[in-house]
Amino acid sequence: MTGSTNDPTDGPTTRPATGPTTGPTTGTVTEQPEDAAWKPSGDRDHHRRAGELTAREFLRWTWRQLTSMRTALVLLLLLALGAIPGSVIPQEGVDALKTQDWKTAHPHLTPIYDRLSLFSVYHSPWFAAIYLLLMISLVGCIVPRLLVYWRGYRQQPPPAPRNLTRLPDHASYTTSEEPGVVLERAARHLTRRHRLATSAPASELGSAEDGWVSGERGQLREAGNLLFHLSVLVVLVGFGIGSLFGYKGGVILVVGNGFSNSLTQYDDFDPGSLFDAAKMEPFCFTVHDFKVDWIQSGPRQGMARGFQAPLTYRTSCSGDRSTWSPERSYNLRVNHPLTIGGTQIFLIGHGYAPVITVRDGQGHKLYDGPTVFLPESSNFESFGVVKASGLKVGQDIGLEGLFYPTFALIDGDPVNVMGDDKNPTLSLLAYVGDLGLNTGVPQSVYEMDKAGMRELKKPDGKMFRVDLQRHETIQLPDGAGSVTFHGVKHWTRLQISRTPDVWLTLLGVVLALIGLLGSLFIRPRRVWVRARRSDGGTLVEVAALDRSGGGDLAPVLSTVVDSLRPGDDAAERPKELA
Amino acid sequence: MTDLQWEHLSNQAIGAAGVVYFLALLAHLIEWSALRTVPVAAVARTVVRAPATAGAPPAQDGTVTASSAAAPPQESTRFRIEMFGRLALMLTVIACAAHLVAVVSRGLAADPNRVPWGNMYEFTITGSFVVTAGYLLLRKRYGLAWMGPIVTAIVLVLLMVAVLWLYSPIEPLTEALNSPWLVIHVMSAMVATGAFTLGGITSALYLVRARAEKRETEADHGYVARLPSLATLDRVSYRIHAFGFPVWTFAVLISGPIWAHQAWSSYWNWDPKEVCAFITWVVYAAYLHARATAGWRGRNAAILALIGVATLWFNFIGINYFSTTSQHSYASGAPAVSLRAH
Ligand code: HEM
Repeated sequence: MTGSTNDPTDGPTTRPATGPTTGPTTGTVTEQPEDAAWKPSGDRDHHRRAGELTAREFLRWTWRQLTSMRTALVLLLLLALGAIPGSVIPQEGVDALKTQDWKTAHPHLTPIYDRLSLFSVYHSPWFAAIYLLLMISLVGCIVPRLLVYWRGYRQQPPPAPRNLTRLPDHASYTTSEEPGVVLERAARHLTRRHRLATSAPASELGSAEDGWVSGERGQLREAGNLLFHLSVLVVLVGFGIGSLFGYKGGVILVVGNGFSNSLTQYDDFDPGSLFDAAKMEPFCFTVHDFKVDWIQSGPRQGMARGFQAPLTYRTSCSGDRSTWSPERSYNLRVNHPLTIGGTQIFLIGHGYAPVITVRDGQGHKLYDGPTVFLPESSNFESFGVVKASGLKVGQDIGLEGLFYPTFALIDGDPVNVMGDDKNPTLSLLAYVGDLGLNTGVPQSVYEMDKAGMRELKKPDGKMFRVDLQRHETIQLPDGAGSVTFHGVKHWTRLQISRTPDVWLTLLGVVLALIGLLGSLFIRPRRVWVRARRSDGGTLVEVAALDRSGGGDLAPVLSTVVDSLRPGDDAAERPKELA
Repeated sequence: MTDLQWEHLSNQAIGAAGVVYFLALLAHLIEWSALRTVPVAAVARTVVRAPATAGAPPAQDGTVTASSAAAPPQESTRFRIEMFGRLALMLTVIACAAHLVAVVSRGLAADPNRVPWGNMYEFTITGSFVVTAGYLLLRKRYGLAWMGPIVTAIVLVLLMVAVLWLYSPIEPLTEALNSPWLVIHVMSAMVATGAFTLGGITSALYLVRARAEKRETEADHGYVARLPSLATLDRVSYRIHAFGFPVWTFAVLISGPIWAHQAWSSYWNWDPKEVCAFITWVVYAAYLHARATAGWRGRNAAILALIGVATLWFNFIGINYFSTTSQHSYASGAPAVSLRAH
C-alpha cells in the first residue's frame, strides 16, 4: 500500500459506509489504487527523523519532502497567504500615490512594513522564495512522473485480481452460457473504449473454462495532469520574462503635443529589473484631437462615452529626419490600443488643460501655456497649480484652485454642472513669494510648496480670488501682475508598455487549461470481468475501480453487466453479494 | 417597452422572485420539519435523495427499502412531506424564472442595451441566479434535493443584500467595460462563482455530517441524518468544483488578462481584485491537491473548499469596501463599480 491509505485521518475512504441513504456500492469510491505511478513518493518517509540519516540519505529525504504532494499543497497555501498583503496594503508598483498617502498616515507601521517589503510584496525576497520553491517542487514532481507515465503507457493493464467480490464496486450473477462466450462478449464490449488484457489469447478465449478480461481506460488523464503542470511552468517562465524585461510607463499629453519614446518623456516609469533602455522602440507620435460624446439629455445627461484620440505616428524617428519612417494615423480609443512593434499605447484617461498666461507687475510674461488640471470627480471638476517663476527672487507667482468645465451659480454657490466644457471657468487663489523651484529638490507639478508664499488679499483684507472665464484677464492685488485665461485644451493620459514574449504566457495558460480539462474530466477506470464454471452454470463476476476518486461506479457496472447479457436471453438479473 | 418600463419590470421581478424564494424556503422548512419526526428509513428515499443511484443494479434499491424496519409514517405525514417537497421545488422554479426575467429586463432597460453586468447590484443578482439555475440543473443528476432549503435561503439573502445595499440605477457601461470581453469574462466568472457556491454548500454539509458522525449519535431523524453519505457528499462536491475550476481558470487567468491588457495596458497588474481572484484560484488548486493527498482528503479538503468560497465572495463584494486602489474602473475618476465605503 502507499502511504496514503494507511493514514488514520483518511476521512471517508476507510470509514465504512454508514447511514441508510448510502447505497451499498457508493461508500468507497475514493479508494486509491495501489499503484506507485499514481502517487508521489514523498509521503511514505515523513515519519523518519533526519538525525538517523547519513548526509546522502538526508539530501534524498529533503528532495523527497520537497517534491511531495503535501509540500506542494503547503507551498500553494503559502503562495495564497503571501499574496494577501498585496491586496490589502497599497503597492508601490500599482499606485505610488496611494502608497505615499498610506505611509504618511501610518508613520509607526511604515518602517516595519518597509523592512518586510510589504509595499512591494510581489518583488519581495520572501515571495520570490515561495515562488521558486514551488517551481522546484513542480519540476521535481513532474519529471519523475513523466518518466513513469512514459514507461507505463505501453504496458498492458494488469490481470484481474483473484477475488473480484472483495473490491468495493462489484456485481455478479450466474448464467447458463459457457464462460468462453461471456468472456468473448466482454472483450468485444470493452475494446471499444478500453485497452485490454485477457487471460488467454483472443483465439482461445472462446473456449476458456475459467478466465478473465481486464480493461483500462482514461490514461490520458495523467497526460492532462502532466500537461497542466508543465504549462504552469511555461506560464511562470513567460510571466517572469515579461515582468523582468518589460516596462510600463505613463504620460499625460496635451492635445497637439508630440511624444517620442525615450525615458525622459515619461511622467512615470516602471521598468522590470532587467529592462534595458537601449532596447526601447524609437517611435514617436502626436495626438491631434480628443473627442468625447457627452450624453446631452435623458437621465444620464452629462455622462461621457465614446472617447477618441486621433493621432499620427511614425515607427522610427531617431536620427536624421530623412531616415524617419512614413507617417501613419490611428484613432486611439479605450479597449483599442495602438501597437507599434512590440510596444502598445493605451488611452486610459483624459482631462482639461486651461491655457493661462501669467505676467508680473512690469508686464513680463512669466508663464504661458496649457496647464494640466487633474479631475477630482466624475464631472471633471478639476484641481491644478500654476507655478510662475519670477524674474527676481521672492517674486514668484503661484496659483492654485479649481477648474469648472461647465460653471453655474446655483443659490450663490459655484457648481459644476457637467463634464463637457460648455462654460469653462477658473477659480484660483493667488500667492506671491518663493516657490522653492531653484532649491534642486524635485517638486510635483500638481502641488505647490507654500512655505515661502504669501496669499494675496484684496486691499481691504478680504479674500481675493482669480475668477476667470474664457478670454478674460484679471489684475492681481498689490500690483503683483495679471492672469489671463485664453481657453481650454484637452489632455489625454496614455499608458505605454512593452511585455516581451507575452505570447508564451498566453500559450502556457491555454495549454494549461486544455491539460486541466483532460485531468479533471477524463476518468481513469479499470473494469474486470471473470467467468468460471460453477454448479448450476457459469458464475460471472464484474468489478470496477475508479482511479480518480470522482466517479460513481454503479452505472458503469450496470452497463457492463447489461452488455454481457445475450439479447433477450433468460440470464439472471445481477445481484449484489455485498 | 421603454427603458423605464423595463427597469420597473426588472425591479418588480426581483421583488417577486424574493417573495417566491421565501415561500419556497418556508415550504422546505415545513417539509423538513415534518421529516424530523420520521425515522430516515421509513420514508421513500426519493423524497430526500433523488436518483443519485439511478441506473445502479436494481437490487440496490430493493435492499434498502426492504431493510427498513421502522414503522411507516402516518399517511398524513407522508402526504405532507411529499406535498411540500414538490411545492418547494415548484416555487423555486417559479422564483428562478422571475429572477431570470429580472436579470434580462435589467439589461434591456439600459440604453444602449447591454449585458446586465455593469455594477455590483447587477453582478449580485446575476450571480445568485446562476446559483439557483445550477442547483435546479444539477438537482436530478447529482440528487441535490437536500440542498433545497440552503440554496433558497442563501439566494434569498443575496437578493436582500443586493436590493438593500447594492442597488444602483441603470447606467450605460463605462467605456472600459464596453467590450466583448465583458461578456466572456464576466459570464465565465459568474458561472464559476455559482458552481463554487454550490460546491461550498456541499462541503459545508460534509463537515456538518462528519461532525455528527463523530459524535456517534448517528441520529435517525432530521436533516443531517438525511444528507447523503460522506463519500457521496465528497464526490458531489469534487464534481462541482472540478467543473468550476477550469471555468474560473478561464475567467481569471485567460479572458481577464486579455481584457485587462486591452483596457488598461497590462494583462496582470497585481490589482487587488486580480490578486484576490488569484488567491481564490490557488486555494481551489490546493483543494484539488488536498483531495489527492493522504491526511488532507475529506475534512481538510472540505475546509479548503470553504476558504475558497470565502475568498471568492470576499473578492466579489468585500474588496470594494477594503481596497481603494482597485483599478476596476475607468481611470477618469468615474468608478465603474459604484459601491463605495463611505
Ligand atoms: C503552481 C503550482 C501548482 C498548481 C497551480 C497545481 C494545480 C493542480 C491542479 C489544479 C490539480 C488538479 C488536477 C487533477 O485533479 O487531476 C493538480 C493535480 C496534481 N498536482 Fe498539482 N499544482 C501545482 C504544483 C504541484 C506540485 C509542485 C506537485 C508535486 C508535488 C503537484 C502534483 C500534483 C499531482 C500528483 C496531481 C494529481 C492528483 C491526482 O492524481 O488527482 N502539483 N495540481
